[in-house]
Amino acid sequence: MKSLAELKAIRDKMQSAVNVRDGEENKIRVVIGMATCGIAAGARPVLAAFTEEVAKRNLSNVAVTQTGCIGLCQYEPIVEVYTPDGEKTTYIKMTADKVARVVTDHLVNGNVVSEYTIGNIGK
Amino acid sequence: MQELSLNVLDVAQNSIRAGADLIEIRITRFVSKNRMTITIKDNGCGMTPEQVQKVENPFFTTRTTRSVGLGVPLFKMSAEMTGGHFSIESKVGEGTLVTASYVLDHIDLMPLGDMASTMVTLISMNPELDFIYAYQTDREEFCLDTHEVREILEGVPLSSPQVMEFVREFITENTAQADGES
Repeated sequence: MKSLAELKAIRDKMQSAVNVRDGEENKIRVVIGMATCGIAAGARPVLAAFTEEVAKRNLSNVAVTQTGCIGLCQYEPIVEVYTPDGEKTTYIKMTADKVARVVTDHLVNGNVVSEYTIGNIGK
Repeated sequence: MQELSLNVLDVAQNSIRAGADLIEIRITRFVSKNRMTITIKDNGCGMTPEQVQKVENPFFTTRTTRSVGLGVPLFKMSAEMTGGHFSIESKVGEGTLVTASYVLDHIDLMPLGDMASTMVTLISMNPELDFIYAYQTDREEFCLDTHEVREILEGVPLSSPQVMEFVREFITENTAQADGES
């Protein structure tokens, strides 16, 4: 059985790394709908892909969070991206495969991936 | 829902909404008894007997945005369609216990699925709450208690990616071992 002892090594490694945190107000917020409709449509792997990708790229200015039902159940999994300039982008029918592109194009480079947005698909 | 771990993730959200700060998810899988039981216990605000009766009805919800709530009914169905049982016990101010039991060799039993992902999602999205996850089979049992993890971490955030990766591996490997797959 794997034991908790390995955690000590992780702790020691991380305690030495100084964490500089950006202010919350300057963060990009990625909000994933995790109500029954979202989960049933496959939101869990989408959320996992976002946290993984954000961690891999060490994007300290991105916060990945969850919310309840957004009210557009037929378009789930829905991901809303709030940028510090006050813009909101709604991505619909997301999959884990689409996440890498949203992270590189939108979160890193600031270009909305319009082909995944509600304005493009949700007609 | 394609697997039971998604039902667990969904129903556990109710405990979070109920203001719980400790959520215990326990699974026993006894092939010898042909039974699997999933319990979700919280110390949230609880429900009145009237609310408990209504919550299994898909057309009851405390939410005001819409009049449908499918989380509990879907979880209930997943158990009852295997010939198992479903129950909710709750007391206002004390918390709620949801129990779903399954007949293991029934053809309609959905796979338990990826409980590691469910726990990682719950913990990483709610790092201020405590979770206990326990899994027991005929062979072995293991338990993950975030309170214990927090004590070892000495201030390193529970939700940091390295810690979450450890939690995922801990659950995945120990589940496989308890199931006798490794």
